[in-house]
Amino acid sequence: MRELFESTIERLLSDISTADYIRSAEGGMWSADLWRALEENGFQLAGAPEAIGGAEAGWEDLFVIVRAAGRYAAPVPLVEMLLGNWLLEASGIGARSGVLTIAAQGTLRWEGERLSGDLYHVPWGRHAEWVVTVVGDQVVLLDMACADGVVPGSNIAGEPRDNLLFKAAHCAASAKLPSAMPASVLQIGGAMLRSAQMAGALTALLELTSGYAAERKQFGKPIASFQAIQQQLAVLAEQTAAANVAAETAFSESGDQLASFSIAVAKISTADAASIGAGIGHSVHGAIGFTQEYSLHLLTRRLWAWRSEFGSSTFWSTQLGKYVCAAGEQAFWPMITHSKQHQLPVAEIGSV
Amino acid sequence: MSISQFKYSVIPEEAEALRADVRCFLKESLENYPAVKKAHSWMGFDAQFSRQLGQKGWLGMALPKQYGGADASPFARYVIIEELLAAGAPVSAHWIADRQSAPLILRFGTPAQKEKYLPPICRGESYFCIGMSEPNSGSDLASIKTNAQRVDAGWLLNGQKVWTTNAQHSHYMIALVRTGSQAESGRHGGMSQFIIDLTLPGITVRPIADLAGGEHFNEVFFDNVRLDADALIGEEGKGWDQVTAELAFERSGPERFLSSIALMHTALALIGPRPDALQARDIGRITARLLTLRNMSLAVTQQLVDGNNPAWAASCVKDLGNVFEQELPETLQLLLEEQAQVNGGSDHAQVLAYLTQMAPSFSLRGGTREILRGIIARGLGLR
Ligand SMILES: Cc1cc2nc3c(=O)[nH]c(=O)nc-3n(C[C@H](O)[C@H](O)[C@H](O)COP(=O)(O)OP(=O)(O)OC[C@H]3O[C@@H](n4cnc5c(N)ncnc54)[C@H](O)[C@@H]3O)c2cc1C
Repeated sequence: MRELFESTIERLLSDISTADYIRSAEGGMWSADLWRALEENGFQLAGAPEAIGGAEAGWEDLFVIVRAAGRYAAPVPLVEMLLGNWLLEASGIGARSGVLTIAAQGTLRWEGERLSGDLYHVPWGRHAEWVVTVVGDQVVLLDMACADGVVPGSNIAGEPRDNLLFKAAHCAASAKLPSAMPASVLQIGGAMLRSAQMAGALTALLELTSGYAAERKQFGKPIASFQAIQQQLAVLAEQTAAANVAAETAFSESGDQLASFSIAVAKISTADAASIGAGIGHSVHGAIGFTQEYSLHLLTRRLWAWRSEFGSSTFWSTQLGKYVCAAGEQAFWPMITHSKQHQLPVAEIGSV
Repeated sequence: MSISQFKYSVIPEEAEALRADVRCFLKESLENYPAVKKAHSWMGFDAQFSRQLGQKGWLGMALPKQYGGADASPFARYVIIEELLAAGAPVSAHWIADRQSAPLILRFGTPAQKEKYLPPICRGESYFCIGMSEPNSGSDLASIKTNAQRVDAGWLLNGQKVWTTNAQHSHYMIALVRTGSQAESGRHGGMSQFIIDLTLPGITVRPIADLAGGEHFNEVFFDNVRLDADALIGEEGKGWDQVTAELAFERSGPERFLSSIALMHTALALIGPRPDALQARDIGRITARLLTLRNMSLAVTQQLVDGNNPAWAASCVKDLGNVFEQELPETLQLLLEEQAQVNGGSDHAQVLAYLTQMAPSFSLRGGTREILRGIIARGLGLR
């Protein structure tokens, strides 16, 4: 399944999600034809049950979809929908078709049967039909038609990150969080998504930058022949490799429960790689990379944005560090060799 | 060369099953072993300990049974060596023989050479050193001058090696020497590898003290040393290709990111269960980097299992790993107001003093940072 997913989505995105296409999405246009093409191939429901048209793929297989979404900077909430539907399925509400996104942060509170409050930084909120969030110990599905306001916002890459306002809204469905699933599940899952997207974007950045270095000539030779440039690109390759391994580990070790320990590791490793990688990409490209016209920034602006979404490297390092210290010196090495058996308690963001 | 070489790889169960035994053995053997000695990790020499490992069947594991090995997978070996290193066991006596010389002999040696050298390596009784560097040939090994001339039934060896780790304790050196002229055979031609018995007349070994006063590496002089014909390993004139293959063994393992791990243990003991904000963040980040490096290294091991040549991927892990193990003492000295101390002081203070001084070597031994990054760049198609 994984190979098929990967080849299909890579082909689809490389055809449609071109630099010009991403630019018009950044200008505010909804990518309706991309969304439709993804729907026709069943990607939004890849993790959902067959009965509703899904492929019942696990996180291990979904990884290649999410990484490709990052690699081609797909300007749609595809990855958010995969996570949202996974949670809807797990809680018994059932996956939805239609544009669906997630909200990991907010002030939503129950008032009897109704919900009031704000949801923050909702990816593609303005374009969504459905929002999945967690309120208390309940998974909640909200129909965007019930929102009382949308305050548009954008991340560094011009991707919609909107605040949504609800006043005494009816939710479309709600159900208790599955047992042992933490209230921060969307925060954890979001970090996992962004880690794979960053791994994808770094892979594209490495290809773009080494390709450019082989073509661009100065002092009569390609700049790739200068050791100073080679040394920088080697570091970019190392960081890209680290990001790919870390993100794949997080997905491969997630199943019914998200592997929060490995996800923390992945978010830290990919966010740090994003910072280093974006710097090298610009350095090697010289002035051309700083232009609107050249497509380097479509990757680097996303890397800068994604590294801090669903918790920065500092947020996750702090969570992980507290856990490691509490476990103590004797537990450290066994924890490294059996990291996938550990669940990391994750505080709400902002309360580091 | 592509990033897809780095795929998620897990240690198979049968290899993982070895871990509990090794851990148990190490807990007992290292019970009263001081923290600063643990920090020596693969620089710590203890022949008795190496023989014990040999008895347990934990040396030369990946070698065929016929030569005393266990025909075990690279993952089985991985589990053993990472446990040894994480515990700070003194593995230096057998280290080079087990990791580098044995696979080289297995690959390029004659049946008689395998019969002669491999079984004692597996028993932890035979130690090797590597003679590549010379006073004027470090990164540029192609410029080596030590030479062996054919004489009646063998070879006559003259020249000098330097920085030879453990030459003073080793039984044999595998040396790269010149057997033809560079002018005739090209920059990397005219070189051959020899297994040199270090007890032969005409060999002088002189230890060189390192900056912390330790004596690990040496100068080795060859003055008209007579070598038998069967001292040659592999093919005459193919030394360069053999060395390149050998270096891939040297660059792939957990020893390339675990050199400072002892300090993590002493730091955690001092920080205790309630770190401050800075400590929590840095301990978390170190943990994440360590795990990611380990996962990268497991991906390289999978490449070995699959029969691929992981030289490029191994260079990535070594360079990133060296950066990590060099940063560890730097980061950890900022987290605790605990002064590094060579004599006296806490375990942490002593380990910090030792590793701060050793750290520069991590990115030199086994190929410098710049050389590794050059190899990575070549793999990217840039040169
Ligand atoms: C602890 C320790 C143990 C060792 N053990 C052994 C051993 O057992 N056997 C053995 O044979 N050797 C051993 N060595 C030697 C080691 O392999 C060499 O130190 C290493 O190859 C570098 O050579 P050099 O020290 O001569 O530095 P040089 O080659 O002189 O390099 C100095 C600096 O110049 C840079 N440089 C050199 N050439 C280039 C280039 N083409 N492009 C860019 N930068 C360049 C290097 O990266 C480095 O930064 C050991 C070294 C140490 C520190």
